[in-house]
Amino acid sequence: MSSAVIENPNRRDFLFITTAAVGAVGAASVAWPLIDQMNPDASTLALSSIEVDLSPIAEGQIVTVKWRGGPVFVRHRTKKEIDDAVNTPLSELKDPQTDQARVQKPEWLIVSGVCTHLGCVPLGHEGQYDGWKCPCHGSVYDTSGRIRQGPAPLNLPVPEYAFLTATKVKIG
Amino acid sequence: MSGTPSYVPKSAIGKWFESRLPIMGLVHSSFVAFPVPRNLNYLWTFGAILAFMLGAQIVTGVILAMHYVPSATEAFASVEHIMRDVNFGWLIRYLHTNGASMFFFAVYVHMFRGIYYGSYKAPREVLWILGVIIYLLMMATAFMGYVLPWGSMSFAGATVITNLFTAIPLVGTGVAHWLWGGYAVGDPTLNRFFSLHYLLPFMIAGVVGLHIWALHVSGQNNPEGVEVKDVERDTVAFTPYATIKDLFGVSVFLIVYAWFVFYIPTYLLDADNSVQANPLVTPAHIVPEWYLLPFYAILRAIPNKLVGVVALGAAIVLLAFLPWLDTSSVKSGKYRPVFRVFFWLFVACCVGLGYLGSQEVSDTATLIARILALGYFGFLLVVLPLLGVFEKTKPLPASIADAVLAKTKPAEAVAPPASH
Repeated sequence: MSSAVIENPNRRDFLFITTAAVGAVGAASVAWPLIDQMNPDASTLALSSIEVDLSPIAEGQIVTVKWRGGPVFVRHRTKKEIDDAVNTPLSELKDPQTDQARVQKPEWLIVSGVCTHLGCVPLGHEGQYDGWKCPCHGSVYDTSGRIRQGPAPLNLPVPEYAFLTATKVKIG
Repeated sequence: MSGTPSYVPKSAIGKWFESRLPIMGLVHSSFVAFPVPRNLNYLWTFGAILAFMLGAQIVTGVILAMHYVPSATEAFASVEHIMRDVNFGWLIRYLHTNGASMFFFAVYVHMFRGIYYGSYKAPREVLWILGVIIYLLMMATAFMGYVLPWGSMSFAGATVITNLFTAIPLVGTGVAHWLWGGYAVGDPTLNRFFSLHYLLPFMIAGVVGLHIWALHVSGQNNPEGVEVKDVERDTVAFTPYATIKDLFGVSVFLIVYAWFVFYIPTYLLDADNSVQANPLVTPAHIVPEWYLLPFYAILRAIPNKLVGVVALGAAIVLLAFLPWLDTSSVKSGKYRPVFRVFFWLFVACCVGLGYLGSQEVSDTATLIARILALGYFGFLLVVLPLLGVFEKTKPLPASIADAVLAKTKPAEAVAPPASH
């Protein structure tokens, strides 16, 4: 810079940066509604809980109920199925979790019916552990819904639920 | 380009218009006077075939959208309504569904041709990358289109593909819920897929415009892989030479397309998709459409979820880096004896992966899929970079004209013998 001294940073730099900053905030606040509109809407969020009557579910039977647009398995486990799940050493598990941590009453297993790999619905009483087997990519779950084989990384998640009475459960 | 006559309107109206909007001159220089290498073979007609298929898909698609209802409760019935009640609805829908397969068949020929003849090499890197972007947009469009009939396979496909995003650490599930507009694939998902399925083809058309623009800057590659040196000797005018050849290529392609539409319209469809979507049941044997099978096989071959998804993405994205992965300065596979062998092995890997992707999971199938996936990545990441260093290529012809004339008029030996 020669004799015409211009202070650096000058007034123009300040105006440029503040204008750009306000513009960026403005653009982001316009973009957010355009993005957020795709998130689950109020009517979807409202459908957050269901009640399931357990009395018709026989021992050994798995019933699939629809919760939040997807399947939830309600499994009335047999003594053998419970024992298999309880007696599995944690060292054999890919996503270690005890069976006790996954149930409120041992005979009732309630888990999400969405494979943790890519979201297919696993088939009950299939696979080496007689739990579930996913038809899509071959993930195998045991009678506690824990991942044992295949590409799925996690156990079938346990949704939030509560026993309202001995034979009625509220999911969600 | 030099040597091409510039467009001069003949009529007074033409002159008046041209001086205000020189669009006829642009068309003339791009599609009439444009010089094309004189040695192009029929593999070079697939560009025109693809342009035709994009047009055909847009026309049939716009018509289908007049009758289709994007709603989880009504979509399936509305497709049946198109098939049974709408005048010629069956024809338009079969043209559209089979058109997608034809489009992909043509794009695969186009891509393998590009790889074989090194069409991605300088100065055509941007042209090639635009092509990879078109391919990605095509896959997104085809996937969302497949979801629209709301059959059980549509639903399973939508579930599996959107669940790929759940592999992203921390934010994956949130991203999936955002994509679905719920906690699973459902009505909001179908509606947005319909909206995007209608939008994306026009984005493809836009990128195709850039693709053709880039092509007309660098000029076309050709089977010899040597650049045009003398426009007079090495090229012919786009019209009539390329125009007629392209039209003939499109016509032959249309015979195959029509064969599928009229004789085996459901051959490429899945019977499970004639069953309406049920969110509580996944079909026992799910497979994507044939054109996505190799990537599906790569995904299944890898036992770890995140690594599998990354490999699936890398298998596609790596294609954009081909101009730099292939280090050889010789373009055409015709002059690269070792590359040629590996090229066909690469094609075999792709076809083999495609076959395995259609089969049920078994230990043997998974093992073979792993070997073929290694072959796929090995070609791109190991073979291509190394061949440029170690391969002994054959001598290139001095020019396109020399190569052509040496073949057709051996007696007149135009070029010095050294060119052989």
